[in-house]
Amino acid sequence: MSTNKLDQLYRSVIMEHYKHPKNKGVLENGNVTIDMNNPTCGDVIRLTMNVEDDIVKDVKFEGEGCSISMASASMMTQMIKGKTTEEAVKLAHTFSDMMLGKELDESIDLDDLEALSGVAQFPARIKCATLSWKAMEEGVSGESQ
Amino acid sequence: MLSKDIRNHFPILDQEINGHPLVYLDSAATSQKPVQVIEALDRYYRFDNSNVHRGVHTLGNRATDGYEGAREKVRKFINAKSTQEVIFMRGTTTAINTVAQSYGRANVSEGDEIVITHMEHHSNIIPWQQLAKETGAVLKYIDLEEDGTLSLDKVRETITDKTKIVSIMYVSNVLGTMNPIEEITKIAHQHGAVMCVDAAQAAPHVKIDVQKLDCDFLAFSGHKMCGPTGIGVLYGKKDLLNNMEPIEFGGEMIDFVGLYESTWKELPWKFEGGTPIIAGAIGLGAAIDFLEEIGLDAIEQHEHELAGYAMDKMSEIDGLTIYGPRDPDQRAGLVTFNLDDVHPHDVATVLDMNGIAVRAGHHCAQPLMKWLDVSSTARASFYLYNTTDDVDRLVEGLRTTKEYFNDVY
Repeated sequence: MSTNKLDQLYRSVIMEHYKHPKNKGVLENGNVTIDMNNPTCGDVIRLTMNVEDDIVKDVKFEGEGCSISMASASMMTQMIKGKTTEEAVKLAHTFSDMMLGKELDESIDLDDLEALSGVAQFPARIKCATLSWKAMEEGVSGESQ
Repeated sequence: MLSKDIRNHFPILDQEINGHPLVYLDSAATSQKPVQVIEALDRYYRFDNSNVHRGVHTLGNRATDGYEGAREKVRKFINAKSTQEVIFMRGTTTAINTVAQSYGRANVSEGDEIVITHMEHHSNIIPWQQLAKETGAVLKYIDLEEDGTLSLDKVRETITDKTKIVSIMYVSNVLGTMNPIEEITKIAHQHGAVMCVDAAQAAPHVKIDVQKLDCDFLAFSGHKMCGPTGIGVLYGKKDLLNNMEPIEFGGEMIDFVGLYESTWKELPWKFEGGTPIIAGAIGLGAAIDFLEEIGLDAIEQHEHELAGYAMDKMSEIDGLTIYGPRDPDQRAGLVTFNLDDVHPHDVATVLDMNGIAVRAGHHCAQPLMKWLDVSSTARASFYLYNTTDDVDRLVEGLRTTKEYFNDVY
């Protein structure tokens, strides 16, 4: 088996987030709720956020999906909490570039997110990874309008 | 079991995927094409391509003969009484939509019932949802038994004198269940309803006899039965079709055209507006020739044996759940499953790395996924070119998947 390529996809950081997701659940005091699904595969996500003064004060997610989509959602919530909506959107664009295999701006701290870079080599799985980010982008841009 | 040499007719199978010989187990999504079909398409475009039903010239005649000859092949394949009852369409979806929009709009009104089941593919749900919304009719679902089969008692309970259309799949693309269409048709007719059959998963694998089934409409797609994409068939009883209005208007389907009024061609052409799917029909004809040479009964038997073998072997894997009837004689050649708590996408990715192609997702049957209480499943589906070696590779791949995720978890 091409284990090496698989190991690029299923890095231990990803499996750790999948097994023990961060910020799982629904925010009781959230002011933004976004439901999104991936109709081709059945993955679903509900993202609740509390956005005040253009800052993502708190965020939680609930959903069902594969290891890649759930781990990506977990990392996303971890990374955007406390960020301004502008920074969150910028991160979403950086992540999108990463999925497309583009060169990234080195000044951005990707932290755990770097582990998802292997997904770019699995075109069929890119949509799994981007689901929660799309939900977040819709949520914060709707809020800031 | 069929000879392993059948594989040699399918050039696509002779390749490596991710460093392993390809094992294609996704034929329920679309089948591979034998060289006979590929060559029929090639020959048509190289030597005979022309528009049909109009040219006086030789190529026009050849194209027309090829197209109408394919219709006769389909007629024999499903044992229809006449080629007037065989309409070429893009596929099962278009065919069912045609029944809903033409027959349905004319014959269904507020308070009437349309009856389907919980196991239907989206293509046999949404056309009826739309019709129900437009007409004020009630859409009713026949509940399934625990093993994913239909009981005739529940069929009798659901169909009433208010039922105008019953539309049910012949073979389930998820559970593999083979439904008792002949019996359900009788029940529908007792209540004055018409019976429409989604035969997309049946036509590739089971000998279809529309006269024996006595169904009123039957739809299937060419690409799941060794034919090209973009060609399918709507069968309808002549009396019904004669009284139905076309839903697509334009060239090819007209008789006389005036400034404000026009008349339609006779059957089957009044339902084939625009330049028809000539090459597709010829390719489908070649696929039928290929399947009939091997024999539908032999193909069905082969798949039963493969599915039985697969279920036995897969059941030995700890933590593997199989959905649908356990009796291989009650199911077609596919096995839908989940492996522990490894998500089906992850299963499919690891199998792909081993050269094995399976489907993962909701299989265009979201209501059925809800009924099964899962968000998605993996599915291995077999066809005439699959062998027990393929099943062994799948089982080995699943064991690898399990080990891999046990390690990384």
